[in-house]
Amino acid sequence: MQISFKNVSYIYQPKTPFEYKALQDLSFTIPSGSFVAVIGHTGSGKSTLLQHLNGLLAPTHGEVEIGDYKIQADEKNKQLKSLREQVGVVFQYPEHQLFEETVYKDIAFGPTNFGVEKDEIDDRVERTIDSVGLSSDMLERSPFDLSGGQMRRVAIAGVLAMEPSVLVLDEPTAGLDPRGQREMMDMFYQLHRDQQLTTVLVTHSMEDALAYADYVLVMDQGQLYMEGEPLEVFHQKEALNDVGLDVPEIIEFITKFEQKFDTSMQYTNQPLSQFAEQLKNKLKGGHHDE
Amino acid sequence: MERSFLTFNNVSFQYREDYPWVLQNVTLNVKPNEWVAIIGHNGSGKSTMAKLMNGLLFPQHGSVVVDGEELAEETIWEIRKKVGMVFQNPDNQFVGTTVKDDVAFGLENHGVPREEMIKRIQQSLETVGMSSYENQEPHRLSGGQKQRVAIASVLAVSPELIIFDEATAMLDPKGRREIMNTVNHLRRERDVSIITITHDLNEVAMADRVIVMNKGEVWHEGTPREIFAKQAELTDIGLDAPFVTKLAHELKDMGLDLEMEPINHEEMLDALCKYHLKT
Ligand SMILES: Nc1ncnc2c1ncn2[C@@H]1O[C@H](COP(=O)(O)OP(=O)(O)O)[C@@H](O)[C@H]1O
Ligand SMILES: Nc1ncnc2c1ncn2[C@@H]1O[C@H](COP(=O)(O)OP(=O)(O)O)[C@@H](O)[C@H]1O
Ligand SMILES: [Mg+2]
Ligand SMILES: [Mg+2]
Repeated sequence: MQISFKNVSYIYQPKTPFEYKALQDLSFTIPSGSFVAVIGHTGSGKSTLLQHLNGLLAPTHGEVEIGDYKIQADEKNKQLKSLREQVGVVFQYPEHQLFEETVYKDIAFGPTNFGVEKDEIDDRVERTIDSVGLSSDMLERSPFDLSGGQMRRVAIAGVLAMEPSVLVLDEPTAGLDPRGQREMMDMFYQLHRDQQLTTVLVTHSMEDALAYADYVLVMDQGQLYMEGEPLEVFHQKEALNDVGLDVPEIIEFITKFEQKFDTSMQYTNQPLSQFAEQLKNKLKGGHHDE
Repeated sequence: MERSFLTFNNVSFQYREDYPWVLQNVTLNVKPNEWVAIIGHNGSGKSTMAKLMNGLLFPQHGSVVVDGEELAEETIWEIRKKVGMVFQNPDNQFVGTTVKDDVAFGLENHGVPREEMIKRIQQSLETVGMSSYENQEPHRLSGGQKQRVAIASVLAVSPELIIFDEATAMLDPKGRREIMNTVNHLRRERDVSIITITHDLNEVAMADRVIVMNKGEVWHEGTPREIFAKQAELTDIGLDAPFVTKLAHELKDMGLDLEMEPINHEEMLDALCKYHLKT
């Protein structure tokens, strides 16, 4: 589903002394089927933005469009329930929201609430537990007997069981070990492709934004600070540093290398082995004194 | 032998008799003023070790010795003055309504007299660079600032060892840098041992020594350079090597052998420079 924000502003606790403008005049479009990374320092408005995607928050000004759904300021939204069926949100530390006695019940909770038939629910539970990389032997176990990483996968399976067409992820790999992080991101990427999802990922890992996203939105103080394809965005190191963000480590390294050896190098997402080869050639080629 | 500030002698631990052993035969030392990083996959026992270090848990086998005293019910209060802990979640560590109150709280718990308290609060907030925020309400602070206040609260008690249990995991890159700068500053300013439990490899590279945990056992220990050299094995136990290490290994594979195992950008650039001059 295509997502577009038109001049969206959001104010927390308006007309009180605590009034806070968390989003300001935000406009962008995410085409259906794309994988978008949202980056920005803490407090820049990323989570507030995400909560507009499934109607948890409605804009104070402006308009949000998700597929055929419109969410506008000051308008009661009747279609909210079906919007939430379409947009699955994995919040930060989703494992903290597990509460059922068995893994099965936790995964089935959403579809049950939305009145899906029992047989269909069984099917979905089987399919989603598999797609998050857990065995169906686990279905009758208590989610609280699982490891943290497994619990998080159960929580994600619960979101997937709604069969959403938009998947929204708020820092899904926080707290996982390196292997857990990689497996989790590979899993989302595979789901994204297999199920033709539109994926919106909030992340602090510039590496992940570079590796998985085809478009990046950069937030600062509630505003859209920059947008573009990952390589385009990450080549603007100074501008990113100005708003407290880093560039992926390899790009950082290239900048230092260029300075030290007074040369220039391109990063185009080439594999590390190829990058090493280029580096070696630069060193070999650079030393001929004229 | 050099004096050890913290020692685990053959420590084994299980949460309940009918539960599996979480730590098995763990032996380790941390010297005064030493910075030790502990890494390991989720569930490898790192947080359990941290809790054994200040008497939140006690081992079934073996012993934990802090500053020459074995941890036991009778010694925990003395030992907790010497061992401070900073946890992962910045939002769960606040008790006071202002920054100053929060730091004061820890001191009241340790029965520090008022005059002395005021002095220590000021000093520790200064060390973490939060003096100008002393009357702020905690919820108005960023994650990195909250963690710095948590560090100040620990510092005020003048511990000799501070344990950071994934204290940067929930922070953005800027917040992480703030904490690491604070740790570095701390090491210059005071005599204190540091243990950082982390998945962030660039944090690991800053430590004096690294202990790698795997399935409740010490898998290896050594300098960051020695540990990162085991790149392939690290991957096997669910961990990873830093970018610079991976690049060095790629270069080596194509016959470009660098003089030492570089562990940060500066060392890598220097090594490349030397190679460049030789060719
Ligand atoms: N319920 C709320 N009431 C008032 N202010 C809020 C509330 N939730 C968030 N904010 C403020 O809005 C800003 C943006 O927050 P958030 O969207 O959570 O940012 P991010 O996810 O980028 O860290 C922050 O300054 C935050 O303090
Ligand atoms: N309170 C507890 N009760 C039972 N088992 C626990 C408890 N806390 C941790 N464990 C188990 O002990 C093992 C080690 O956990 P932990 O020390 O938290 O590892 P780490 O910090 O390396 O991720 C894990 O298998 C975990 O499930
Ligand atoms: Mg957020
Ligand atoms: Mg832990």
